[in-house]
Amino acid sequence: MRIELDQDACVGSGNCVVSAPDVFDQRDDDGIAFLLEENPSAERESAVKEAEAMCPALAIRVHKK
Amino acid sequence: MTGEVSAGDASAKKVVIVGAGPAGIAAADALRAADHTGEILIFGEERHAPYDRPPLSKQILAGTWLPEKAQLRTSEQLAAADVTLHLSVRVASVDVEAHQVTLESGEQVAYDALIIATGVTVRVLPFGHQLEGVHVMRTLDDALALRSHMETSQHLAVIGAGFLGAEVAAVARSLGREVTLIDPLELPMQNVVGDEVGSMIADLHRHHGVNLELGHGVASIEDNLGRATGVTLDDGRTVPADAALVAVGARPAVDWLHSSSVPLTAPKEPGAGGIRCDSSGRAADDVWAIGDVAAWWDPTLERHVRVEHRMTANEHARSCAHDILELAPTAAKSVPYFWSDQYDLKLRSFGLPSRQCSFHVVEGDLADRRFVAAYTDESDRIVGTIGAGMFKAMNWWRQQILDGQTLGEALRLKQSAENSA
Repeated sequence: MRIELDQDACVGSGNCVVSAPDVFDQRDDDGIAFLLEENPSAERESAVKEAEAMCPALAIRVHKK
Repeated sequence: MTGEVSAGDASAKKVVIVGAGPAGIAAADALRAADHTGEILIFGEERHAPYDRPPLSKQILAGTWLPEKAQLRTSEQLAAADVTLHLSVRVASVDVEAHQVTLESGEQVAYDALIIATGVTVRVLPFGHQLEGVHVMRTLDDALALRSHMETSQHLAVIGAGFLGAEVAAVARSLGREVTLIDPLELPMQNVVGDEVGSMIADLHRHHGVNLELGHGVASIEDNLGRATGVTLDDGRTVPADAALVAVGARPAVDWLHSSSVPLTAPKEPGAGGIRCDSSGRAADDVWAIGDVAAWWDPTLERHVRVEHRMTANEHARSCAHDILELAPTAAKSVPYFWSDQYDLKLRSFGLPSRQCSFHVVEGDLADRRFVAAYTDESDRIVGTIGAGMFKAMNWWRQQILDGQTLGEALRLKQSAENSA
């Protein structure tokens, strides 16, 4: 599984950080998300999928390898 | 023809979704993600492929994004998910008892489950909209029309200083236009953010050279041979404007439902004229409503709540998909969220703050535009937060809203966490 994060589209909702805190974090000053783990292990899939579905800016894409 | 399915075969239901905006698309996604295999039909009345709305008054208007970047799904992606999308089609009515919708063409389409995601329609003034240069902003075509008009105009009057009006004013200033921001309230976004944050936003716009005409209604729009030339305020003064944006709010797109048994909330009651739903989005037999048009029962607040927030569309979609498929409710309970970008201010809100709440700065400093503010109800419970520039802290306070915490208790928790750190 590979995560693609579009920081230009990110609006800093922090949803992904709540859904998958070991995969996503966000900058404190502008809230823009960044990846802690670009290729998370399979057991993170449901959390990462939730982050993808809930992102209000559609900034997250999960690619299955 | 009906797509009636036997009990226990919920995953094969034929689902019709009315509305091809973010909520409708998210519902199709959520159904497929939950292993729904039945037919999914989406009807959208606009001609464009589904697109996202928040960028319209931000990146699309500013010209930093091409419209394609706001697109929600390509036709290839929808085809791959086996979702059938019909664009430029308006659904005229629904017959709940017969389980079918009727299109404007007269064609009837049966469903096992109906999802209504028709969003909202802009409110307009009783005058002026026929003039060249007078705009509204709801659709991609609206945003492109205003953008195009601003290329040749000098002075934009923004009528209505809510989120949309305030954001458009900021973009227009960044494009070098003269901007007047007009609202009958004394401060921008005042009903939601209250006096303190409203004052900060007013100062920000003043600092960037916006002419604020707050506390004023609009009496008329002046024109020369059908082209807008100015906006006359309720005190008789006219501000020059060769372009005007009317941003005076929106109302649920429910006119097509008046002939049906789909229940609506009253416009001035909780739910604000939206479709009356239970806490899973169910409005009637095999009918659900999601997104801006839907007033869901909130068991915590014990009233119907209609929220025009982008993220609510996603939450509703997931929750209603699970209900349609007769699965366990989605576990993740979230709070409403909105964001507003004006100049370099990135304002973020969780929960449902309002002008009626008590206001407390709990982190940082409002004057630095780096702060978190808590909004509390009469029993000191935190019902919303608004902040900027302190995202880690905002996430902590968001959790306090979810936990139904009082401000006093939250401050004690924070203090003890800091002491032990």
